[in-house]
Amino acid sequence: MIWGVLQFPGSCDERDALHACSLAGEARLLWHEDRDLSGVDAIVVPGGFSYGDYLRAGAIARFSPAMEAVAEFAEAGGPVLGICNGFQVLCEAGLLPGALLLNENLRFVCRQVDLIAGDERLSIPAKHGEGRYYAPDDMLDRIEGNGQVAYCYAPGNNPNGSARDIAGVTNEAGNVLGLMPHPEHAVDPLTGSTDGLRVFQSVVRSSA
Amino acid sequence: MTPAGADAEVDGNPSLTPLPSTGAEQPAAYAVLGLTEAEYLLIVEKLGREPNDVELAMFSLLWSEHCAYKHSRKLLRRLPTEGERVVMGPGENAGAVDIGNGYAVAFKVESHNHPSAVEPFQGAATGVGGILRDVFALGARPIAILDSLRFGELDSVRSRHLLDGAVRGIGHYGNSIGVATVGGEIYFEAPYEHNCLVNAMCVGIAKQQDMVRAAAAGVGNAVVLMGASTGRDGIGGASVLASAELGDGDEAKRPTVQIGDPFEESKVLECCLELLGKGLLVSLQDLGAAGLTSSAGEMASAGGVGIDLDVARVPLREADMEPFEIMVSESQERMLGVVEPAKVPEVLAVCEKWQTGATEIGAVTDSGRVRILCGAEVVGDMPVDALVDGCPLYDLSPAAPDGWIYGNRATLGRGASAEETLLALLSSLSVASKRWAFEQYDSVVGSRTVRRPESADAAVLQIPESGNAIAVSIDGNGRRVACDPYAGTVEAVLECAQNLACVGAEPLGLTNCLNFGNPEKPIPAWQLDRAVSGLADTCEALGVPVVGGNVSLYNEGPDGPIYPTPVVGMVGELPDPRQVASSAFAREGDAIALLGPFAPSLAGSELAKLRGELDMGLPQPDIAAVAAACATVRDAVRAGTVACAHDISDGGLACALAESAIASGLGCSVDIAALRKRGCSPEEALFGEGAGGFVVSGDRAALEALGGLVVGEVAGEAVEVDAGELSLSLPLDRAEAAWRSLPAQVDRAA
Amino acid sequence: MAKARVLIRPKEGILDPQGKAVERALPALGFEGVEHVRVGRMVELEAEDPERLSELCEKLLANPLIEDYEIQTL
Repeated sequence: MIWGVLQFPGSCDERDALHACSLAGEARLLWHEDRDLSGVDAIVVPGGFSYGDYLRAGAIARFSPAMEAVAEFAEAGGPVLGICNGFQVLCEAGLLPGALLLNENLRFVCRQVDLIAGDERLSIPAKHGEGRYYAPDDMLDRIEGNGQVAYCYAPGNNPNGSARDIAGVTNEAGNVLGLMPHPEHAVDPLTGSTDGLRVFQSVVRSSA
Repeated sequence: MTPAGADAEVDGNPSLTPLPSTGAEQPAAYAVLGLTEAEYLLIVEKLGREPNDVELAMFSLLWSEHCAYKHSRKLLRRLPTEGERVVMGPGENAGAVDIGNGYAVAFKVESHNHPSAVEPFQGAATGVGGILRDVFALGARPIAILDSLRFGELDSVRSRHLLDGAVRGIGHYGNSIGVATVGGEIYFEAPYEHNCLVNAMCVGIAKQQDMVRAAAAGVGNAVVLMGASTGRDGIGGASVLASAELGDGDEAKRPTVQIGDPFEESKVLECCLELLGKGLLVSLQDLGAAGLTSSAGEMASAGGVGIDLDVARVPLREADMEPFEIMVSESQERMLGVVEPAKVPEVLAVCEKWQTGATEIGAVTDSGRVRILCGAEVVGDMPVDALVDGCPLYDLSPAAPDGWIYGNRATLGRGASAEETLLALLSSLSVASKRWAFEQYDSVVGSRTVRRPESADAAVLQIPESGNAIAVSIDGNGRRVACDPYAGTVEAVLECAQNLACVGAEPLGLTNCLNFGNPEKPIPAWQLDRAVSGLADTCEALGVPVVGGNVSLYNEGPDGPIYPTPVVGMVGELPDPRQVASSAFAREGDAIALLGPFAPSLAGSELAKLRGELDMGLPQPDIAAVAAACATVRDAVRAGTVACAHDISDGGLACALAESAIASGLGCSVDIAALRKRGCSPEEALFGEGAGGFVVSGDRAALEALGGLVVGEVAGEAVEVDAGELSLSLPLDRAEAAWRSLPAQVDRAA
Repeated sequence: MAKARVLIRPKEGILDPQGKAVERALPALGFEGVEHVRVGRMVELEAEDPERLSELCEKLLANPLIEDYEIQTL
C-alpha cells in the first residue's frame, strides 16, 4: 500500500500524516501543483491552513491541480482520507456532504476526544477552529440512513457543536472519508494514544 | 556586537512614542526620536556633518535602548555564556545547544509587551511570528512555543480584553503555522494593569551542518530581501520625519500596529529551510524591530563589512513611501539573506516555488559603511561602527526603595479557615488551571509532545533525530522578584531547574527576557542590577550557560513600574522519553514524600498577596542544596523510582498536593507537622513558599532511600493535610471546581 | 472594468455564533433592542465581465450550502 500525502502552502500536519501512513504502508508527499499522483494507492489530504484558509477553510485548495487529480482518483474508487482541513477541502470540493463551520464557542480547541465508530471507541486529539459539522436536516437524515456517518463524538465529547455529534463522514460509495479529529496524532503511545492507526487501517480495508 | 545574553527588541522604547505636541515651538527631531542632545552631537561628530532624515531615523533606532542596550549592556556582561554544549551563544538570532547525533536545539525568548498593550491580538501574534523567525533564521525548524504572560487583575475590563486578545493572537499564529504551543504561564497582578507582558519563547531543532550565522560575509555577494512586501507598519514616532506638507488628515497613512500573516510566514519558513538545506545562503537574518535598519546594520557589523541597499528595489505595499519609511518599517514576515551572485537565480527559484517574494536589494561591500541608495541617488551613508556600535553606554544609578512601593489589596481575611484559604489560593488566577488558555493552542502538531500542558511540570518533546528528548520550562514570578530582586531571580532560575528535574531532565542552556521599568530611575535600576546578579550567580552555580535573551525596559504605568519580571526559559535533555514522571499522583496507596531544602515562608507568597500583607524581603535560597535535590529527583525519575514529581511553587505545599490530586482524581492524606523542625509555623508549612521543595510519590521504602521525608499516602477522595495545630480536609471535587474557575472569571462580562 | 461589491452572509437558519456574540455584547454597551445580528463578509472587486460574477460567487466566494450572497454593482 503506497500512501500519498498532499502538501499545500500552509499545510501543518503533512509530516505527521506522512509518518502515520508510513506505519500503515509506504508514504510520500505530493506537491499541490502536481497533477500526477505518481501511482499511489491511497490519498491523505492533511490538516493545516491551506493557502492561509483566508476565504473559507479549504475553499481555495480544492482548485489546486493536485485536488483535481484527487477528485478523479476518488471517482474511480480510490481511497481518500481528509483530516481536519483536509475534511474541509473535501467538503468544499463536493466529494463529501456537508460543511464545517466556526466552532460554536468561537474559540480554537485542542483536546483529546473520544470517538465512536460502530462498536469501537477511540481516543484521538481534536484541534481546530472551524470544525462544527453542518448539513441540512434532510441531508443529515440521508447520510445517517446510508451509513455514511463513520465517526461520532462520544456523549459529552463534542468539542465544537457539530450536528448530531458527527465527527467524520464518508461519501456514498464509502471510499472517501473526512474526519475532524487527527488520527495521525494518535499513532504513538508516547504522545498519548495509538487509536489513530485503526482509522488508517480502516481506509486500507475500504480499498480492499 | 550584541551584548552577552541579549538581542534587539522594541518594547517600551521611548523613541517610538511621539511626544505630545505642545503647540509652542516644536522640539528638535532628534529629541522626538528619543536621542539626547549629547548623543545627537556625537552622531554629528562621527559623521563629520549633520545627519539627513534617513540617517537620523536609522541612528535613532540603532542607538535606542532596544538595539544599543545603552542601560543594560554593562550589566549583561556578568552572565556566563560559555559551556561545552553551546553551539551558538548571544549575538546570533537565537542561542543553540548540542543535543547529540549532529543536531542542535535552538531557542530564545523575546517580548512583545508594548504592541500587545496597544492591540493584544496582533501584538501577541506578531510576537510569536518574530520569535519563530529568530529560530528559523539560523536554520532550525521551530518545534515548540511557550508563552509567559502578565496582566492586571481580571476584575478589570481592560485586563480581560488583553488576556482574551493575547491568547487568541498566540493561538492564531502558532496554530496556523503548525508549531505546537506546549507550555507557558500566566500571572495576574495589579502592577501589570497598564503594561501587560507578552513574552514568547520558541524552540527549534537543526542539523548543525545546515546552521548559519547572522554575519554578512563575502564582498560582492548579493543581499536578498525575502517574504512579505513592505508597508508603513510600526513606523510610529519616526513619522516626525515625514515632509512638512503632511497635514493631520494624513495620519491614517502611518499605522503603528503591525499585522501578522502566519500563512506568509509558513511559506517563508519552509522556503528558508529549503534554501539552507541546499546550502544556498551565506547568512540569514530576520527583520524584527527597526526592520531593514537593524538587520542590515547588524549583519554588516557582525561580518566586519559594508552594505549597500537600494530602497527603490524594495517591494512596497503602498506606493508613496519615503526612503526613511522603508528603512524603519516593521512589516512582518520578512527575512534578509546574503547570497553568492552565482546562486541568486536558484534562490529566486526556490522562493518562487514557495510563492514568497524575493528581491535582490543590495550587495556586501568592503567600504565599512552602510549606504542607502534610492535608484542612482545616495540618500544615506554612515560608517557601520558608528551606526551599530557607536552609541555611548550608560551606568545606572541604582537605589533600593525604602519599603514596599506596589501597594496592597486584601481580598482574604485573616480569619479564613484552612479550607477557605486553600480554596481561595486554588481559585486565585495565578495558581488556577490555565486550561482555558492552553486548549486554544495546538499542543500536539509535530508528533513530539510527550507531556502536554499541565500534565507535568515541564513540557517534554521527543527528538527522534537525536534519539532522546528535551524538556522545556518558562518561569518568573515578578511579585517575588519585587520583594527581593536578587533572591526572586535566583528562585526563577531554580524553579525552571526544578521543573526540568521533575520530568527527569538535565539543564543544557537558558534564555531570558528582562522586563523592567525605566532604568534611568533609581528603583528600577536597582531591581535590574540585583536581578542580573541573581541570574548570573545561579547560572554560574548550576553550570547552565545563558545562550541568548532580550531586554524590555521602560515598562511603566501611571502608578509606577511593573513588578520587575525576569522571565527565564530553560531547555534540558532527557535520555529516554519513556521515563518521564507526571505531576499527577500515579496510584492509590503510593507513599508521598517531600524532597529538597524546602523551608517555606509567607514572605512574598500568594497568601500574603491575598491578605494584602506584601512587603520587602525573601529568605535567601540555598542554591547548592536545591541543585543537589534536583539531581536526586532527576535520577529517581530516570530510574522510574518516582512516578509523580511536582515542585512546590505558588500557593505552597497545600496547593502542590491539591494539584497532584486533582490531576489524578486521587486524594491524599498527609501529615506535615515534621516541617515544624525546619522552623515553620503550621500556616507556613501549609501555604508558605520558597525554593527547593518537591512533592514525589512512589514506593515508601524507595522514597526513604532517596532521603525523602515521607509524609503520607495517596488515598481517599479528599485533600487532607495535618500541620499540627492547623489542618484541612477538602473534598477533591470542591478543590477542582476552585482550581478550574478561570473560564468563569474570564467570561463573566462577555 | 465594473466595480462590484459581494456581500456574503450565513444562510437563514444556520447558527451564526459570531452574530450571537455581537448580539449578546450590545446590551452591555447600552444598545438595547438589537436582534437578528448576522456576521458575514464583504468582497470588493473590479471585473471585466460582471455577468460572470454569480458563477464566481457560486464556485469560490461563497459556499451555497451554508451561505447566501448578494452582488451589488457600483
